[in-house]
Amino acid sequence: MADIQTYSHDAGWKNVVLRGLLYLVLILFALYYLFPLIVMISTSLKSLDEIREGSLVSLPRVITFDAWNYAWNEACVGVECTGIKLYFWNSVKMAIPAVLISTFLGAINGYALTKFRFKGANIVFALLLFGCFIPFQVVLLPMSQVLGKLGLASSTSGLVMVHVVYGLCFTTLFFRNYYVSIPDELVKAATIDGAGFFTIFWRIILPISTPIIVVSVIWQFTQIWNDFLFGASFASGANAPMTVALNNIVNTTTGVKQYNVDMAAALLTGLPTLLVYVLAGKYFVRGLTAGSVKG
Amino acid sequence: MGASQSTESNLTAGIQRHLSKIVVAPSFAASLFFVYGFILWTGYMAFSKSRMLPVWDWAGLRQYERLWQMERWHVAIENLFIFGGLFIVACLVIGCLLAVLLDQRIRAEGVLRTIFLYPMALSFIVTGTVWKWLLNPGLGLESAMHDLGWTSFKFDWLINSDMAIYTVVIAAVWQASGFVMAMFLAALRGVDQDIIRAAYMDGASLPRIYFGIIIPSIRPVFLSAIVVLAHLAVKSFDLVIALTGGGPGYSSDLPATFMYTMAFQRNQLGVGAASAMMMLATVMAIIVPYLYSELRGGKKNG
Repeated sequence: MADIQTYSHDAGWKNVVLRGLLYLVLILFALYYLFPLIVMISTSLKSLDEIREGSLVSLPRVITFDAWNYAWNEACVGVECTGIKLYFWNSVKMAIPAVLISTFLGAINGYALTKFRFKGANIVFALLLFGCFIPFQVVLLPMSQVLGKLGLASSTSGLVMVHVVYGLCFTTLFFRNYYVSIPDELVKAATIDGAGFFTIFWRIILPISTPIIVVSVIWQFTQIWNDFLFGASFASGANAPMTVALNNIVNTTTGVKQYNVDMAAALLTGLPTLLVYVLAGKYFVRGLTAGSVKG
Repeated sequence: MGASQSTESNLTAGIQRHLSKIVVAPSFAASLFFVYGFILWTGYMAFSKSRMLPVWDWAGLRQYERLWQMERWHVAIENLFIFGGLFIVACLVIGCLLAVLLDQRIRAEGVLRTIFLYPMALSFIVTGTVWKWLLNPGLGLESAMHDLGWTSFKFDWLINSDMAIYTVVIAAVWQASGFVMAMFLAALRGVDQDIIRAAYMDGASLPRIYFGIIIPSIRPVFLSAIVVLAHLAVKSFDLVIALTGGGPGYSSDLPATFMYTMAFQRNQLGVGAASAMMMLATVMAIIVPYLYSELRGGKKNG
């Protein structure tokens, strides 16, 4: 930290001006980041007539939730006009098991790789880690064939499997790096007392893992909820996740373009992850920085 | 007694060690099959005659030749350079600037940080949808400017095939720059205060302290940020699909959307596989040296 107040050789009034400027620039940037969200909300609350007459930046004269209602209950995704709610539940049914399974596997992998190290544990970890960095395009074609053979094509269970398989490397990374910093003596003492591998995991390790479990759950949830590539490639029609449905609604070329419905659907799709971010931003940032590259 | 106890605990420790292997085995097997196996599978497919259906007949480099003969692939590669370059530079500049500004004992720092970073929590599809609306030539920013009296204002990049790729840059920078800010801010907080104080005592001005001491000392974060952003750029898919759909025509295609189109819409499995392998090679060229140096550096530090 090196701030103007502490590290300035200039006169006081100059610093006051500088600080004023500083706040001005920061507020302008904040407006830049908020602007799309504000427009999204205000457009979703307008009627279609008002959108056509008025301007993008004007606030709604009459607030109406019709677009939200329409997006949730009636909007057409392809030929199905069931609203986005069907796909919202698809995403929920996909995300919850995938998040839980991948987090659990990551925890037990991280535990095994750090507290009961076997020969080659580092190589196993390095090989697992590699999966975090591949562009998924390189697995799409084989995966669609394998899912077809397993009878999981276009199904939510298929997507759960895909997300678990490609989320594993991240969750293992999180837990491994967390457990590395936990003293081995804790485990050794319990081993001498006769506790086994799983007892130690359930009784000693898991209870002190809450922060990293939160990081892993948030990271996985955000990744899986926001995924589009796997959803678009492996699940079509009534089993598509919400992001795919949103893209279909927005890019429908038939009928009148309902911008307010598009915006409401986009907000509905973004709300779950935004909510998680607002409630647990600290853990979200931790996941981002740990999951980005740090090996 | 002590000896027998220790052999016993050695024995159980031995079993435990096997348990540990057994526990990791399913994940490891999954990774071998779904990551390495699939890469080999795709790699083979790129050497096969596959078009509409996957076939195993060997075709040598035929698919790669076809790939590199496609005008569309060259457009995608060129777009990747334009998009990647601008995206990385813009995110670094904005991210670094915001981090330095936020590092001045700002009153509402927490609130501002939350605002700068929230786009990162959104799906690229949501981001694409919003920016598509904002940049809509008829009703978006253009008409807003007209209403404000600036009637000559023209902004049709979304439907202009020369400019469409730049709209992807605009939306992507909006989404990811806050993340770079968070990375830099964390690094700034880690800079040694004593060195800064010493420089100040020597009469160094604040800009000199920043450019001479602080920024050079957080150089590793620049590298990390560049690697993360480059990685994001090569993988960019959703945003293009939602914002421009790769259009007009295929003018804003990126390798990721090219691959998807070939594999799932054009019945060109072989070309799709070849392009996926090119993407993998690009990412590996960025990531492998970085990870290697990171892991070695990590060992050195303890």
